[in-house]
Amino acid sequence: MNPPAGPPMKAPHLSFFRQASTVAWKDLRSELRTKEALNASFAFALVILLLFSIAFEPTEDETRQISGGLLWLVFAFAGALILNRSFARELANDCLDALIAAPMSGAALFLGKTLANFVLLSAVEFVCLPVFGVLYNVSWTHQFWPLAGVIALGTWGLTVVGTVFSALTVNLRLRELMLPMLVYPILIPCLLAAMQLTGPLVLGDPYTAELSQMLRLLVAFDVIFSALSLALIETVMVR
Amino acid sequence: MKPVEIAGVWKFYGDFPALRDITFDVEPGASMALLGRNGAGKTTLLRMLAGLSRPGRGTIRICGTDARDRMTRRSIGILGHGISLYEELSAIENLRLFARIYGVEDADAAASEWLERTGLEKVRDGLVREFSRGMRQRLAVARAFLHSPSVLLLDEPFTALDDRAIALLQSLLRDAIAEGRTVVLSTHQLREALELATHVALLVRGRLAYTGERTGEMLEDTGWLYRQYGEPQSVTA
Repeated sequence: MNPPAGPPMKAPHLSFFRQASTVAWKDLRSELRTKEALNASFAFALVILLLFSIAFEPTEDETRQISGGLLWLVFAFAGALILNRSFARELANDCLDALIAAPMSGAALFLGKTLANFVLLSAVEFVCLPVFGVLYNVSWTHQFWPLAGVIALGTWGLTVVGTVFSALTVNLRLRELMLPMLVYPILIPCLLAAMQLTGPLVLGDPYTAELSQMLRLLVAFDVIFSALSLALIETVMVR
Repeated sequence: MKPVEIAGVWKFYGDFPALRDITFDVEPGASMALLGRNGAGKTTLLRMLAGLSRPGRGTIRICGTDARDRMTRRSIGILGHGISLYEELSAIENLRLFARIYGVEDADAAASEWLERTGLEKVRDGLVREFSRGMRQRLAVARAFLHSPSVLLLDEPFTALDDRAIALLQSLLRDAIAEGRTVVLSTHQLREALELATHVALLVRGRLAYTGERTGEMLEDTGWLYRQYGEPQSVTA
């Protein structure tokens, strides 16, 4: 007996980006309805910004020099809250099993989740920037587009690594603790480059050769970790 | 080409062998009831058939290819312990999501059709978190059947279902078997399983104790198989 024909299916080579965008849409829609991670991340980011502004005198030159670093610490801490939820939200009702059993490559699932995390974290960052500008007396809009580019590159690195480890730690009891512990050491090159680039950009300082090196480091980090993650995610998810 | 081929499969959790040298095939259009007590390895075996877990040793082939092959996964429908639906999405959004992931060409039409077949068309825009247990179960059934899979894997499908959902699932499974689809279901509910099954496999502590056609004897006396091939019952005072 021949197996019965199912409904018409799309060509598999066309479906990779369609599947990734479907997963991203699903994550964004779910998050915008519950706002669980988004609200927690916003609140956490604003509290840290406020605490840093109390701990360091915002008008002093030294504080302004490290403002880029402070900003990325806020992004990294707030981002952990969003990244932790990324795969954890699939545990309810065994949704992760349904996704893994579906005819979707792990890479498409990973890309969809990374895109959703990138959008959510970017939203938190672009709300934090004006608050940061006010609290630290910094006119961050002088070099807006280069700054936006650096933030996008840094955020991509953060979300790529964070999403992989979110998948890796999803079944651990202490995943909220394990994720930052595993992710932050790996993110050091990405955060270092993003911090070095962001400082001069928010202060309106000129672009130097050293910054060019940092930009290359940031781009290389993003490319290498994106490729590694796409290649290894299937192994991480199916044991 | 057989829809399900299992050859010399072992699965270890640490050093513990959860499945030991399992070998059997399921013919096209057959309905295999996977029976066994708690911890016998039914769910472990079904998870491997669905490509959710890899065998420690041996091979599993679905429709002649590896269970993790992408094209093979298109032909599998799975209904597991969880309903695998998103609470924050509506019924139609959930079905549309899975239809798109499975590459169904007209996802909207397929989702609407299955909402109608499961009697949920009136609550199509309702969020799953607001659904009763029975409605969730019917939606889960719709999700598993949505892409017309040729192999259906069902893990305890009758557990916690209300009467309406049991009747719906039995009717859909009968239709699926009549259409030549292959069904593998694990369950403790022997009566429902044996009525649907054409074949039976009994697992005892990870070993295959019996496999073969479902006989009239099994249907007349649902405990017969366990008495013949299962573990002896311990008697307590």
